Amino acid sequence: MATNAESGDDELQFRDPEKAEQLTDELEALMAEIGEPVNVMHVCGSHEQAIAKFGLRSILPDDLTVRMGPGCPVCVTNMPEVDEAVALAEEGKIVTTYGDMFRVPGTEKSLADARDEGADVRVVYSASEAAEIAEEEPDREVIFFATGFETTAAPTAAVLTSDPPENFSVLSAHKYVPPAMEVVAEMPDTDVDGFLAAGHAATITGYGLFEDFVEEYDTPAVVGGFEPIDVLYALARLLEFIRDDEAGLENAYPRCVSREGNVPAKEQLWEVFDTTSGEWRGIAEIPDANLVLSEDYAHFDARERFDIDVDPGAADPLTEDCICGDIMAGQADPDECELFGEECTPQDPVGACMVSSEGTCKIWLEYGGQPDL
Amino acid sequence: MSDTDDVGEAELSEDNSDDEVITHAHGAGGSQMAELIESLAVSRFAETDADVGLAALDDGSVQPIDDDHSVVVTTDSHVVTPLFFRGGDIGRLAVSGTVNDLAMMGATEPLALTSSLIIEAGTPQTTVERVTESMREACEEAGATVTTGDTKVMGSGEMDTLAINTTGVAVVPKGGHVPDAGLSVGDRLIVSGTVGDHGISLLSEREGFDFGGDLESDVQPVNDLVRAAMDAGEVTAMKDPTRGGLATVLNEMASKADVGIDVEERSVPVSGPVSSAGEVLGIEPFDVACEGVVVMGVASEDAADVLDALRDNPKGEDAAIVGEVVDDHTGQVVLDTGFGRRYLSPPEGEQLPRIC
Repeated sequence: MATNAESGDDELQFRDPEKAEQLTDELEALMAEIGEPVNVMHVCGSHEQAIAKFGLRSILPDDLTVRMGPGCPVCVTNMPEVDEAVALAEEGKIVTTYGDMFRVPGTEKSLADARDEGADVRVVYSASEAAEIAEEEPDREVIFFATGFETTAAPTAAVLTSDPPENFSVLSAHKYVPPAMEVVAEMPDTDVDGFLAAGHAATITGYGLFEDFVEEYDTPAVVGGFEPIDVLYALARLLEFIRDDEAGLENAYPRCVSREGNVPAKEQLWEVFDTTSGEWRGIAEIPDANLVLSEDYAHFDARERFDIDVDPGAADPLTEDCICGDIMAGQADPDECELFGEECTPQDPVGACMVSSEGTCKIWLEYGGQPDL
Repeated sequence: MSDTDDVGEAELSEDNSDDEVITHAHGAGGSQMAELIESLAVSRFAETDADVGLAALDDGSVQPIDDDHSVVVTTDSHVVTPLFFRGGDIGRLAVSGTVNDLAMMGATEPLALTSSLIIEAGTPQTTVERVTESMREACEEAGATVTTGDTKVMGSGEMDTLAINTTGVAVVPKGGHVPDAGLSVGDRLIVSGTVGDHGISLLSEREGFDFGGDLESDVQPVNDLVRAAMDAGEVTAMKDPTRGGLATVLNEMASKADVGIDVEERSVPVSGPVSSAGEVLGIEPFDVACEGVVVMGVASEDAADVLDALRDNPKGEDAAIVGEVVDDHTGQVVLDTGFGRRYLSPPEGEQLPRIC
């Protein structure tokens, strides 16, 4: 896009097509040295966004496959969790949630369906905005249906530790990334030569978190940012590890990510949340990867406060054909799904990957439907 | 539509449990809206001898009135939240929208406009006065005038404050209209101004974000701009990227003309504030409405002259050649991002800001 803005140095630096060309040459040279196909998995919808939006797959070496794994927190939110939010909304409570979550189908209904039928569902940008609504509506129960990885769980924790109104509660569907990477790495059908780790989550947790991971799974990982140059640069570093057969770890996003991460945010996160095992939609039951409110904050837990009467209704029979699970496990591409762009579209999604802006299917459809021209 | 036939109503009452309901996505300009229009309207009304009829789903209709002239008619209903927004209001929008739809058909001299106001009881009279005064100002800018109208008042709570329908009528020399389906291979595509201003500005205002005063709607009549372009060279197709934005109209133009379109992303004018706000909101400026911009196909040999003519007008100072029509990927738009290439898809459904 041509822009009249005074571009900052960052933009010039990280969206410079000439630099991109140098990096793609470097990727080609590394692939020639490696001499066999390479599969890279990334675990962040924002990486998929950047790759798709800038058309990066059209310039990557042919033998280099970059696929998204379980990087969309909205997509892995389990249907019964959505059903709980819908049930609360239908009981007349105010349910607030992020825009991404709004149209994610539960078993029968999404929150958008509930709103169209008259329920009070409001899209918010932050946990604190949800708490503000609770302040403005002291006579109503206001529930924040909280989704997202560490990046959004930390702000939820910040709101809960700053004395929110009594009529405010949290229905947590927050997830924690590292255990999911382990589960995917262990899947028998997964063939990953290296991980492009998510810069966003690492701003909170720090890249040090991946040190044990690369060793245990003997697979290199590089933490990358989200501008096109960030992605290409991180891929080049990852290919170097793969060429040298080294399970190394590198932080290629040092302007935002440190080894320790955001220590106060981490402390707050673990004060408010405990991990528990739970089903990630379409993938598996994952140990320690769901975040629930700890005992000290149980009085803000919507599941404790309300007797949530879930009437899930009947599932859409099309969900039988949905391959979201394989896509989120990095074992299939969206265009391998027979529903993709046909029966399954962003307005009428069958699987969650088609709903969220972080979902692989939605991103592919939004940015052209297929990655390579 | 009030004139649903009896059969339709009978079906409705017989089985309304499984009946599809109208959702926001049906009004968002994407494929769902196209399907709705097809099933509600196009299938019901007979084809006429119009040069451009209902089935063309163009910005207006073109109907011959004698051997030398055709009448162009267009209509549009306007609702917007908030009624008064940065850069305009519902009155300016109602006049500009209809004047521009006429202009998109090549009819740059509106003969008459109608204005039909539906007002919620309890709305302050001064609000309505401000709106109608704004309509007058926009009419003056466009060289148009409202010649007939209607006012209805609905009960409090039965609607949201104010809705305005405007219809525009103009006469063009026979064959002088410009369809949206007229692109041919080799034509250049010109965008007359920065895109995404109206949509991004309204979305941020509605969501309570303040990105500073530079972000405002571009709502304006552009019939003078269109006239200047048509006088400077051969304009083969036109559309204003309102609902669904630039991405939608380019895809429509490609698909209606059975051609492909190649676009250079970096040539498309986007203002700095719109670009930044779009990134924050997670919304592509190409996917949201403009209310004072034209996208036109121009014969390649005339492209430079048309561009100059547009840039001579303050409303067109950011005009740019953004791409060309190609004999490849028929019906699709390929975007060169400066890094790689990808298809530019039309947005689907309601645009919702994302979380992270």
